Amino acid sequence: MSETFGIPVAVILGQLTLGLVNGSFYALLSLGLAVIFGLMGVVNFAHGAFYTLGAFAALLGLQYFGVNYWAALVLAPLAVGLVGVIVERLFLRHLYQLDPLYGLLLTFGLALIVEGSLHQVFGASGQSYPVPDSLSGVLNLHFMFLPLYRAWVIVASVVACFGTWFIIERTSLGASLRAATENAPLLQAFGVNVPLLKAATYGGGVALAALAGVLASPVVLVNSHMGTSLVIVVFAVVVIGGMGSILGAIVTGLALGVIEGFTKVIYPEASNIVVFIIMALVLMIRPAGLFGKD
Amino acid sequence: MNLHTLGAAVLATCIGLLSPGPALAAGDEVVIGDLDDMSGVYADVMGAGGIEAINLAIHDFGGTVLGKKITLLTADHQNKPDIGASKFREWADQNGLNMLLGGSNTGVNIAMAKVAAAKKVPLFHIGPGGASLTNQDCTAYSVHYVYDTTALANGTATAIVAAGGKSWFYLTADYAFGTQLQDAASKVVEAHGGKNVGAVRVPLGAADFSSFLLQAQGSGAQVLGLANAGTDFSNSLKAANEFGITKTMKPAALLAFLSDIHSLTLKTAQGLYLTTGWYWDLNAETRAFAKRYFARMNKEPTMDQAGAYSATLTYLKAVKAAGTTDSDKVMAELKKVKINDMFAKGGYIRADGAMIHDMYVMQVKSPQELKYPWDYYKLVKTMNGEEAFGPITGLCPLAPKK
Repeated sequence: MSETFGIPVAVILGQLTLGLVNGSFYALLSLGLAVIFGLMGVVNFAHGAFYTLGAFAALLGLQYFGVNYWAALVLAPLAVGLVGVIVERLFLRHLYQLDPLYGLLLTFGLALIVEGSLHQVFGASGQSYPVPDSLSGVLNLHFMFLPLYRAWVIVASVVACFGTWFIIERTSLGASLRAATENAPLLQAFGVNVPLLKAATYGGGVALAALAGVLASPVVLVNSHMGTSLVIVVFAVVVIGGMGSILGAIVTGLALGVIEGFTKVIYPEASNIVVFIIMALVLMIRPAGLFGKD
Repeated sequence: MNLHTLGAAVLATCIGLLSPGPALAAGDEVVIGDLDDMSGVYADVMGAGGIEAINLAIHDFGGTVLGKKITLLTADHQNKPDIGASKFREWADQNGLNMLLGGSNTGVNIAMAKVAAAKKVPLFHIGPGGASLTNQDCTAYSVHYVYDTTALANGTATAIVAAGGKSWFYLTADYAFGTQLQDAASKVVEAHGGKNVGAVRVPLGAADFSSFLLQAQGSGAQVLGLANAGTDFSNSLKAANEFGITKTMKPAALLAFLSDIHSLTLKTAQGLYLTTGWYWDLNAETRAFAKRYFARMNKEPTMDQAGAYSATLTYLKAVKAAGTTDSDKVMAELKKVKINDMFAKGGYIRADGAMIHDMYVMQVKSPQELKYPWDYYKLVKTMNGEEAFGPITGLCPLAPKK
């Protein structure tokens, strides 16, 4: 078998593919964070908790109401997004005038409450969500067997990411959103309902996290801690990409998934810190992030 | 840096400021402490269920010993050795702690063992796997009660090698427990004529196991040895199934709890070999305990929860027999008695602190074999204590010199 740097090509291709799968989750989650930070200036530490909520919404929907996977893919983000809107209306909007640290503390507290409550009710060990029948096969890529579901994760995530990018960068709604960041009073003078826009932005960012949660639920056990460590990695992704950069979040998310995948082969013990090493390097060389504007 | 720790620390400080000082002077009560993971990855293995089991034991003992009320203190060590050790020290210094049990985490239990030795408070290790707790980390006040890595490896690895699984590749959790478990299994595999092809050390709590699993598959080994626990174990087995790796490799759970199998469901876990120190459906006595436990917790107890019940009774009986809570006298009594209850038959505490009792090699049933809820295991083999825990090694200074 042919090799590159002593690693068989099949292994490289395999890890590349798996890295893209993991990168898809990073991209979806960091995109939501970047949207919320870029358009609202809120550091949303509850992002991992909303991801967990998305997975639980899918699981409970299936168990109690027979909502299938495809319906959950739409309904769970909607439901969690609505929760996000309520959170924004009740709490977050009072903090816009203050230092971003207050938003961070609020969302961090929310995350503790959500995860603690889920733990209290459902315990620590998690529950299985079945892979939908239509996606339960395995793809033969010749260099590896890829479960169909993992391939679907890449497709779904890329579609959702570029859909979001398109809405924000290429539509008039997106233009209003960006205008609200630049000069909210002026936009309001044009008759645009800015508070509604902000609530919708937070709801939308949170819905992306919930979508990632639904996508993840057949892959990992659904449990109250599934978002806890993930959110910290995802923050690193956003910092590397550049806080608030939409495209930066997507590209960095996918790329870091791949880098992490190779670390798992070359030096597995470091695979959970490689993202943070890169973050430190990027902060030293380009403090605004790879795609950020100084 | 884990921000949850920060939040928890702030919360703990607030609670600390509110709570009054030492409740009662030592002497008018017998104080038992349970320090365990109450909110993290092992919380379903012991956690709140463990507290319930200990309370059941105190209730069954009558609530008093030597005419003194039995009190239970509980706290969450959050899987942090420093918190475990400092809370243990605090209880010993300020609350008149007579005995501590729990842990569920080899790293934390090693730290707590040092406190047990310094404060001369008996410590019943419930839940941690590391056999080092009765070897280089042993103390005169430690008892390792439910199972250890040696017993797990002797059970599962022996059974699988005997069934033809000769070449092994390990997926190992990268901390004390995982590496000790891998070492123990490797020795057993070699001793029985098998070979160890390789291993990959996986950071604790990895989000995705598929990369590591492909490496395992690439090794060409027949057996996938899962030297991890809890959520890591469940997620790695789930991914192994999804990637079809379980079709070419036989998975071996070097440590799996009933709660893990319940999460995974029989569809994913069927056919898996594992070793357990106790199972709720072994006999009439275990079922009777499980029924009482189920009525309170709405799930069947794990081996750790059953072990916590048994350990509490064993300690209280020893206090009663010794007529004192003096740690040295109670430890001497503990090392004399035979333990006969719903957990162990003819169990005894060896000089190095290992509680020697039967261990059970189980195979997980298929969904078709399930007859009633929680009917998950079929017994493959009962190993007697000596076979399971092996001979005393001499690494513990308390062990008799050979």
